[in-house]
Amino acid sequence: MTTLTTSPSAAAAAPGGTPSAYADRAAPAPIPFARLLKVELRKMFDTRSGLWLMASIGILAALASAAVVLWAPDDQVTYETFAAAVGFPMAVLLPVIAVLSVTSEWSQRNGLTTFTLVPHRGRVITAKAAGALVVAVAGMLVAAAVGVVGNLVGSALNGTDAIWDVSVSDFTAIVLANVLGVFLGFMLGAVLRSSPAALVGYLVISFVLVPLTMTLAAAQQWFADIQPWVDWNFTQSQLFEGLPTDGEYWAQLGVTTTVWLLLPLTWGLWRLVRAEVK
Amino acid sequence: MIEIHELTKRYGDHLAVDHVTFSARPGRVTGFLGPNGAGKSTSLRILAGLTPATSGTASVLGRRYADLPNPGLEIGVLLDASAQHAGRTGREVLRVAAETMGLPRARVAEMLDLVSLTEQEAGRRVRDYSLGMRQRLGLATALLGDPAVLVLDEPANGLDPAGIRWMRDLLRDHARRGGTVLLSSHLLHEIEVIADDIVVIGHGRVVAQGTKEELLHDDRTLVRAPEVGALAVALTAAGWTVERVDPADPTAGLRTDASLATTGQVALAAGLPLLELRAADGAGLEEMFLQLTADTQREAAA
Repeated sequence: MTTLTTSPSAAAAAPGGTPSAYADRAAPAPIPFARLLKVELRKMFDTRSGLWLMASIGILAALASAAVVLWAPDDQVTYETFAAAVGFPMAVLLPVIAVLSVTSEWSQRNGLTTFTLVPHRGRVITAKAAGALVVAVAGMLVAAAVGVVGNLVGSALNGTDAIWDVSVSDFTAIVLANVLGVFLGFMLGAVLRSSPAALVGYLVISFVLVPLTMTLAAAQQWFADIQPWVDWNFTQSQLFEGLPTDGEYWAQLGVTTTVWLLLPLTWGLWRLVRAEVK
Repeated sequence: MIEIHELTKRYGDHLAVDHVTFSARPGRVTGFLGPNGAGKSTSLRILAGLTPATSGTASVLGRRYADLPNPGLEIGVLLDASAQHAGRTGREVLRVAAETMGLPRARVAEMLDLVSLTEQEAGRRVRDYSLGMRQRLGLATALLGDPAVLVLDEPANGLDPAGIRWMRDLLRDHARRGGTVLLSSHLLHEIEVIADDIVVIGHGRVVAQGTKEELLHDDRTLVRAPEVGALAVALTAAGWTVERVDPADPTAGLRTDASLATTGQVALAAGLPLLELRAADGAGLEEMFLQLTADTQREAAA
């Protein structure tokens, strides 16, 4: 292979006397975190899949309310029934938004743009996490509001007084459960960095694992005894029954969440900030 | 200004980038030339902080890429026009980028106009874009923050001839206004027509760099004749070195270290007619580049 002359002397000045439009520019201000949060929230909903996810949550919430109004026995037309009916599609779909928010940077490869515009992956991922949190809480508030409307309409149609049987602490517990669900999606996204893999993982954990562990607990007493300490789905789902007050429950939730969510998430993020973006 | 110093990237026992050192200076277009798989894209990804380097440094305007407070306003990067969320519209891609950089919404329309994407095209989703349209959208994203430095990986891919011409003018103009342009290509001609400085890379190593004039300069003479064999014999007999431009193609002619006048005289004395007689400018670079490309193809075939 021939090698032509290398010429450091080629480092002459720019072509004669043209004033540079780019000289002496002040360094721009850093990108504030609030802006990143806004951008990441926007990116959750500005794609076709994001749009349909949002739309389907709204549509399912409305359909669920209508179903309760139409078919629930009169004595069950209470706020709790509405909240549960509306909250279920949310609880299932909100984690999907969190999954896609992380994985699309790799699966759709727009990370190439995202991470060149913000060369601090930790900040971008933190903004995504904050965004997922905002969506989870806002989604629950929307569900609560739809439930209110459903309950008012339903009891008016029945000619009964509306029954408000969801306390603030119940609602807090449900929000917490959903936030945890969203972080399950977030963890799977960060660890797997692939939309199909993370979505399958989410479905397996939420819908395949639950009946399996239930069956196991019913058949084997030893598993039923340790289940609250090892089964995250089990401890998380307790929150939908209301806010537990005993300390042992919170210890169980802490242990299972640390083992199944925090540790893998930490590992996933450690790899994510070092991974090549191609 | 881009400075790359002793940049090295190792994948297992394969050296994708091997102690690459060069700089791209303001006011000039720097062409980064090499066959596919030579390490161009890896070098550019390391520069943009997307791939960690094994060793060596890369800096933009005197700082590490990660230390740029708002990179989009200082350096426009287009590494792969297809790397966009397929479900986003072209306009939305630009809006997201503009919002990240903190630019007004109006800038998006200006850029769409600049890269000739119509209102209707901007409203379509990127999955329905041709490669040329994606390339234009990518260029619009890179130019959005009016950065001093532009880094483009194979920007001519997918553009039609008019589009390539348009892009060339745009990049030349950017350099003329004092900006720094670094663009890569695997096509020698593409780089020849646009670059002021050329860096040639092969097998991860820089094999040549300098101004275009320096690299294209060749003291030898190129001569074509109907009877190439006889002319080669005559020149050799007169004491000059001779080589076929392309051993497989006699009509490509000969390269010799005899001067233009001497070559003419030798041909005249031998009674051989000539088809072409000129300075062999650019031949050396082409030769080297062909050699690099041939090496790469052999490896791929092996």
